[in-house]
Amino acid sequence: MLERYLTAASSYAHSIDHLFILIAVLVGFWLLVAEAVLFWLIFKYRAQEGRPSRHITGDEKELHRWITIPHMLVILCDIAIIIPAIIVWYNIKQAMPPAEQTVRVYAQQWAWSFQSPGPDGVFDTADDVRTVGELHVTVNTTYHFELMSRDVVHSFAVPAFRLKQDALPGRTIIGWFRPNRVGTYDIQCTQMCGLGHALMAGRVIVETPQDHAAWLLHGANPTMAETRTPSVSPDASSTRSGGLRASLEAFNVKADPTPVAEVRR
Amino acid sequence: MSATAKPIANTRSATGIPTARLITWWVIASEIVIFGGLLAVYLMHRLGHPEWGLAAAHTNTLAGAFNTFVLLTSSLCAVLAHKAADAHDGPRAAKLLRLTSLGGLIFLTIKGFEWTRDIHEGFVISSGGFWSYYYTLAGLHGLHVLAGMVIMLIVAADAAKNRELQRVECIGLYWHFVDIVWIFLFPLLYIAR
Amino acid sequence: MSSQAEHAGSVHVEPGFFKKYCWSTDHKMIAMQYLFTGMAMAVIGGFLAYVFRMQLGFPNHNVPGFGIVTPGRYNAVVTMHGSIMIFWVAMPVLVAAFGNFLIPLMIGCDDMAFPRINRLSFQIFLLSSIVILGSFLVKGGAFGGAWTAYPPLSASGAYNLTPAGAVLWLLAVALEFVAFLLGGINFTVTVMNSRAPGMKMFDIPIVIWMIVLASLVFMASVGPLIAGAVMLLFDQTLSTGFYDPARGGDPLLWQHLFWFFGHPEVYVVLLPAMGIVAEILAVFSRKKLFGYKSMLYSTWAVGILSFVVWAHHQFVAGIDPRMANVFSVTTLLISIPVAEMVFLYIATLYGGSIRLDTPMLWALGFLAEFLIGGVTGIFLGASGTDIYLHDTYFLIAHFHYTFVPIAIISVFAAIYFWYPKMFGRMLNETLGKIHFWGTVIPFNVIFIPLFITGLAGDQRRVYSYAQFAEQSKPALQHLRTTSTIALLVMLSFQLFFIVNFFWSMRHGKLAGKNPWRSTTLEWTVPSPPPHGNFAELPTVYRGPYEYGLPGRDDDYWPQDAPH
Repeated sequence: MLERYLTAASSYAHSIDHLFILIAVLVGFWLLVAEAVLFWLIFKYRAQEGRPSRHITGDEKELHRWITIPHMLVILCDIAIIIPAIIVWYNIKQAMPPAEQTVRVYAQQWAWSFQSPGPDGVFDTADDVRTVGELHVTVNTTYHFELMSRDVVHSFAVPAFRLKQDALPGRTIIGWFRPNRVGTYDIQCTQMCGLGHALMAGRVIVETPQDHAAWLLHGANPTMAETRTPSVSPDASSTRSGGLRASLEAFNVKADPTPVAEVRR
Repeated sequence: MSATAKPIANTRSATGIPTARLITWWVIASEIVIFGGLLAVYLMHRLGHPEWGLAAAHTNTLAGAFNTFVLLTSSLCAVLAHKAADAHDGPRAAKLLRLTSLGGLIFLTIKGFEWTRDIHEGFVISSGGFWSYYYTLAGLHGLHVLAGMVIMLIVAADAAKNRELQRVECIGLYWHFVDIVWIFLFPLLYIAR
Repeated sequence: MSSQAEHAGSVHVEPGFFKKYCWSTDHKMIAMQYLFTGMAMAVIGGFLAYVFRMQLGFPNHNVPGFGIVTPGRYNAVVTMHGSIMIFWVAMPVLVAAFGNFLIPLMIGCDDMAFPRINRLSFQIFLLSSIVILGSFLVKGGAFGGAWTAYPPLSASGAYNLTPAGAVLWLLAVALEFVAFLLGGINFTVTVMNSRAPGMKMFDIPIVIWMIVLASLVFMASVGPLIAGAVMLLFDQTLSTGFYDPARGGDPLLWQHLFWFFGHPEVYVVLLPAMGIVAEILAVFSRKKLFGYKSMLYSTWAVGILSFVVWAHHQFVAGIDPRMANVFSVTTLLISIPVAEMVFLYIATLYGGSIRLDTPMLWALGFLAEFLIGGVTGIFLGASGTDIYLHDTYFLIAHFHYTFVPIAIISVFAAIYFWYPKMFGRMLNETLGKIHFWGTVIPFNVIFIPLFITGLAGDQRRVYSYAQFAEQSKPALQHLRTTSTIALLVMLSFQLFFIVNFFWSMRHGKLAGKNPWRSTTLEWTVPSPPPHGNFAELPTVYRGPYEYGLPGRDDDYWPQDAPH
């Protein structure tokens, strides 16, 4: 159902989408029943001449049953929801399938930058591939990501992958994804991070191994991200221009997550 | 003090506990959550940062110990003040409350000297993890000592005229709480290495 | 102490304007102060919503009455909308205004136990309102780091670019906390001690229970955040590093302290709202509340459970993923007593004689809308789906389907219900009904499209989706624009309320003591009640919901009637 609204492009996207449908069916049922009973009672017991209200305490066994039984059923529904939910969570956030590739994702005010180890498979060597704003990956490959923030709390989200993970300064957070559809997908920052929060857009470009190899040969390192220019310029008082500044700094990217710019206190 | 009578709401007691004492306990309860929260956070961090013990070694344990003695003595005065109030001896209760307050003043004065020395040695609130918590915890406590002193003097002014004697017990309760917080702070900030 | 021996108040000298309106210790006047301040702040909060929805519905156009919504101003506007609505509208109106007005009247005494502390609480609250509004005027403007104020963004002006606004925001929130601590303690002591003779624990009206329980939940949850706020203030102003990882601090610490309070806080506002609805349901269906004790036990369960669900706001925040499972379980658990309470309310209608006067329309509207809010919470409490839905417009729609019933619908229910008692006159029914439908129908048209845009990937706190190809589809923009237009409609219909409210004060039909024929004590005194409330303090003989008893002349039996 979620696919109607947004493409599913990763191996675990469907598990979230199916969980969503399960919950929708169960809670949808309760919502409809509760609303129907509510409206029916309003209609049935509207004030009528000659029919006074009854004195009911709610302790009456045959009436309280109408509370207790739905109560039990709600508990059963909660169990039917929580177990698949934990399984889905476990498979995405706890269990990590072995990595075929690893990428580093850096969040900062206000751009995304990425680093992959290159052909030698080792980070921080001369052949590392560094990009700003665009993450190139091959389809049907399991990636681990190491997520870091250089300044404030950001959040790395790729809605088409159903991926979301906050990035915290001072920590490296590990996650994984396996793209299963070729295409270009948005990266959004989903934790308020200041003026440029809505401007730090990025893209994940999922390509076939051949296209990826061709890109590595010709188009990679250093890459200036082709971000769309914002249609409204940021506050005149701001001297940062988001992606451009970050791009320039990308040339000086270091592997550790210490702040690139000196932050005045 | 206005001339209007207290509302009936103030004089009733469906629970059997006098209203003034009841509200004092609730105030203390809310303060326990505040200090408890701050202390719990400090403890967690302290356990995670054994190296803070090195910083903690620079606290003036002698000043802290003497201040503990001062506060405990002042709490004794507060208990005696309560006893006097129970015996309807307002002037004596007032005298003892003022002595308690004096204890608070001595406490704050010693702390003033202590912090002056710490700052001269370069240990300020921004000097790192331990010192940030030290000044915040002790500072918040100190503010409560000061507030307690002010209220205590107001209560004493009334008590001297044999008015509102039930408040002597209440401010005493509050003072004991401030004392107990210090009993927790002293070992955690001064003694633990 | 027998009621004959108690006489409320002494000979009463009419106070001057200042003493009566600005320096009063009378709980009813303090209630009005909170109510009017809250309503004024609601106008500001609503204006802020207008501004950001105009930007989202008609991107990058000049917003009439505001100007161009730049990214920085957008962030400040959404931050302040959330902060003001929760701390300066929902809390003062639901807890402080109605708590102050109703408690002494409904438990049968003449004022709060500590009227001067009551006055002080309002003054501290007023100061906090001035500080938060003042923050709009400082250099850099109002704080723009979201109402959740996560550090390091909130701790450093270099990051948030609103350094003065950030400090003032924090001070305003801290002052507001102190005001409500004092107020809540006063309420609790008054209800514990000052009840009329004969009013036992289970004879207390549900709304009073709810306000006290809300105050207790507030008190137990806000302490750690006050500590955390002091630490954030020091990070902002004294270069400490409590939340700075480069200095050994931890940004996650703030999140835990904030949400440990933040989640119980939603129940702090939910409980009074449900209490209000309970009172109205009983009166307008002429029915005893179904399962009074079950209601209380469920409420206690909700109150306690509310302390162990907080990290469901932090599933993807970088907490240990194993913790997420624990909090997902507890979050779904809390849905059980809440569902129970809703079932009990619906069951109260059974066997009733329902009159759909305006207060009842609002109360029923609360139930119908809150149900949607409640069930959509399940998607977010289930950790698996929350990975996708966290911080999207699905979340925003969910919490507005809970907050709008709480802070708007139930508040209007309360105002329409107790206005006769407060001002001595009836509100106009026709205007009331127009106001009701003109609020509730557009409300749904605002937020149902936002569920959809959220599912489609619209994230919150984003001033423009122009950067995102997947969010730039015309169909999505249609939904956003529809939502905005519905908001404009809803805001326009509030005029019916404003006109009704002020016009009826002078020209409404005289109300008399008990226009709704209710059993509770506030309806036994004149409307509006005099200073001291009761000429003769009442004695209570029964519970608060004795309606529909067979064999009696009237279908209601007041609490204070001996026979």
